[in-house]
Amino acid sequence: MSANYTSTTNACKLCRPLGASLAFRGIEGCVPFLHGSQGCATYMRRYIISHFNEPIDIASSALGEKQAVYGGAANLKLGLVNVTSKYAPQLIGVATTCLTETIGDDVAHILKEYREEFDTEDSPTIIEVSTPSYAGTHMEGFHGAVKAAVEQLSEVAPANDSVNLLSGFISAADIRYLREVFEEMGTDCTLLPDYSDTLDGPALDDYPLIPKGGTPISAIRSMSGARATIELGSTLPRDTAGTFLQQRHKTPLLQTDLPIGIRLTDTFFQTVKTVTGLDLPARHTAARGRLVDAMVDGHKYIFGKRAVIYGEEDIVVGLASFLAEIGIQPVLCASGGKSGAFKQAVTSVVAGMTEEAPIVMENVDFYDIEEMVQSLEVDLLVGHSKGYSFARQHNIPLIRVGFPIHDRVGGQRLLHLGYQGAQQLFDTIANSVIAHKQDTSPVGYSYM
Amino acid sequence: MKTAAILDQRQAQIFRKGKDTGSIDCNKDSLAGAVSQRACVFCGSRVVLYPIADALHLVHGPIGCAVYTWDIRGALSSGPELHRLSFSTDLQELDVIFGGEKKLEKALDELIDRHQPKAAFVYSTCIVGLIGDDLEAVCKMMAAKKNIPVLPVQSEGFKGNKRAGYRAACKAMGELVGTGDISNISRYSINILGDFNLAGEIWLIRQYFEKIGVEVVANITGDGRVDDIRRSHGASLNVVQCSGATMDLADMMSVKYGIPSLRVSYFGVEDMAEALYSVTEHFNDARLVENARNLVKEEVEKLTPELKRYKTALQGKKAAIYVGGAFKAFSLVKAFRLIGMEVVMVGSQTGTPEDYIELEEITDEGTIIVDDANPLELSAFLKEKEVDLFVGGVKERPIAYKLGVAFCDHNHERKEMLAGFEGMLNFAREVYSSVMSPVWNFVPRRTEEK
Repeated sequence: MSANYTSTTNACKLCRPLGASLAFRGIEGCVPFLHGSQGCATYMRRYIISHFNEPIDIASSALGEKQAVYGGAANLKLGLVNVTSKYAPQLIGVATTCLTETIGDDVAHILKEYREEFDTEDSPTIIEVSTPSYAGTHMEGFHGAVKAAVEQLSEVAPANDSVNLLSGFISAADIRYLREVFEEMGTDCTLLPDYSDTLDGPALDDYPLIPKGGTPISAIRSMSGARATIELGSTLPRDTAGTFLQQRHKTPLLQTDLPIGIRLTDTFFQTVKTVTGLDLPARHTAARGRLVDAMVDGHKYIFGKRAVIYGEEDIVVGLASFLAEIGIQPVLCASGGKSGAFKQAVTSVVAGMTEEAPIVMENVDFYDIEEMVQSLEVDLLVGHSKGYSFARQHNIPLIRVGFPIHDRVGGQRLLHLGYQGAQQLFDTIANSVIAHKQDTSPVGYSYM
Repeated sequence: MKTAAILDQRQAQIFRKGKDTGSIDCNKDSLAGAVSQRACVFCGSRVVLYPIADALHLVHGPIGCAVYTWDIRGALSSGPELHRLSFSTDLQELDVIFGGEKKLEKALDELIDRHQPKAAFVYSTCIVGLIGDDLEAVCKMMAAKKNIPVLPVQSEGFKGNKRAGYRAACKAMGELVGTGDISNISRYSINILGDFNLAGEIWLIRQYFEKIGVEVVANITGDGRVDDIRRSHGASLNVVQCSGATMDLADMMSVKYGIPSLRVSYFGVEDMAEALYSVTEHFNDARLVENARNLVKEEVEKLTPELKRYKTALQGKKAAIYVGGAFKAFSLVKAFRLIGMEVVMVGSQTGTPEDYIELEEITDEGTIIVDDANPLELSAFLKEKEVDLFVGGVKERPIAYKLGVAFCDHNHERKEMLAGFEGMLNFAREVYSSVMSPVWNFVPRRTEEK
């Protein structure tokens, strides 16, 4: 919703509990649990499934009319008992919804009662996060759940050599990439959350109660002893898991942008070096070299093209930076989020790289974006699949990135990060532009 | 720690034919923590009204409810496509504290001006039910101001299950019925209720009816139009498909306008033929009956040779069914039989006691019948029964695929027409193309077989 309108049309954001559910899915042995009406869990499961093509069981306290009047405590407790006996989880991550926030359920207190009533030796740990859908977007839910996990699970741990990596909302392929970076350097890394296996797992013989993978709880418990926390994102909330560890446990914190494109990846590796003292593994130097070579080979096909980038603020910032590096003008950067830091972040990553300053709009929907685009000449859309109807209407190629991708296979396998991610993005973008020209040309050249 | 795929409190909602006696427990609230496949009241209302293409559908609530239902159902329109946009009042914290009525009013004002819809439906969500916005008053005022029907849909998510949402949707549509001109409507006229024009199905069904000489007054709601619904009380008969999604409207029209109704299904050869026959028999006109016979004969002749090919390949394969409404399950059981497959599990989200009695009657010994199931139960049944193909919706798909079981989407998102005679062939083809795919050679279920 922009300043001009009261209503929202085709929102460019999702609701807060969805982000929390995804983050909880990235912790080992965890079942995400929504305290609210049954529909929330089902809708979000469906939305997530359509992107990942993977099962995601999100439990619900399934409140009815009576509980909405008298409080949801009994249902929450019953739900926890049932999830425990069905899934035997190590952890249950409870996120609230607008319903339970509005009736004023005190979840922390209910959980305290629950522990007194039901706790046995093999009871799962339960953590909770407040995620009213009427405040913020799925990104606040995501960061909130990560922060809740760290706040409620981390302990005073002895100093160790590992690095905490709070990666933000990235694809399964991106998570695998970051894990590999640290594996190659021989540095232990607690990457939170890690849904690279839980939401992109192999074919199985048995339906997993809880899919394998995820950040081990024991690793989260000892995050306070890490040598440092690297937290990715350009528009992070003021209070995050990283700031908590820094304030409570004096764990050094380095916040940096998502490593998208050349410069931000350079910065990321510089940050990693600051923390570990280790140089970039040779494989990545080579990848960087190939990327620059590919950018040179392809630069003419894309130079001066004008792109609209939309989606979550952090990924838009990263993509704006990368597009600027390859000679594409980001004319409009838009997000449904409203961190307040978006404009500054975009402006700073494209500074000195583009002819015009991009228009940056936060808290917008697709109606606003479309209205704005009428007055801009646009060659490309870069964002998730919900921009498709617009792309189709105006016959503009859509480069699918981020979440959700509901109209193609493999959204979870898209790599955005690092030099390799930039390489894939570059090829996709350049080829889309070339294909568009080829398809609309009366000649149809068989060379570029 | 030992886990249970089936919770004790859920046992009464599972029935094994030939083994269990008595009746299955159903139509109750989902169990907390059971990971039900059901959605909520709002979902029920939204899916029923959504295909009305020239109406504005405004979700009054926080953003989630609107965004998860944006263009969610493949309900096609032959004209306007206003239904494919997602409108929300996107309630914020201050609205929750001070009330959302003013915001709703302003949202309606600007959206009606912008899109000039024939009517507006305003959906209530959980939170609206709690903060006490007077939806009805705002709608009434805006209707007077804009001179179009503005209809509140009382679909607060927590106030029951999907069925309550169907009722709320029917109630809202009921306000439209009876407000249009009904001159020049044939005595052989019907309304089609409970088909949502997924992949264009209602166009096919309409064509069948028109071919045999029956006029269709209103599609309710696939490819639906407000003006058609307003004059739908001029039809002589309501033909209702689907498990009760629109039955309440038919009942209301029966009381208020004396319009009788018939329950039908357009899925599978038998049920499609039966639907045409029962309508023509209702009108008791020899010419119509003859037309229906000819149409069925012609279509079945076209269909049979091709179906035979699929049947040969699929003979003896095992199928499991889990769908929203039980009525669809009846047709699926018959359709699988037609292509030689054996149904070993069948369940629904919202079946009634009568539905489950009927399912018990038409299924084979040993079939598992289940109400309001969840992923762990469904996956346990798939394994136990060594199922070759699972038919369900988006939420069931990854359960099947994860276990290496073929799948057929019979829900909102499918892009293939499955109704009518042509639809039966599409269904067989889709089942065939999943069951016969070579990819199953590589899944653990097959490669790890002893």
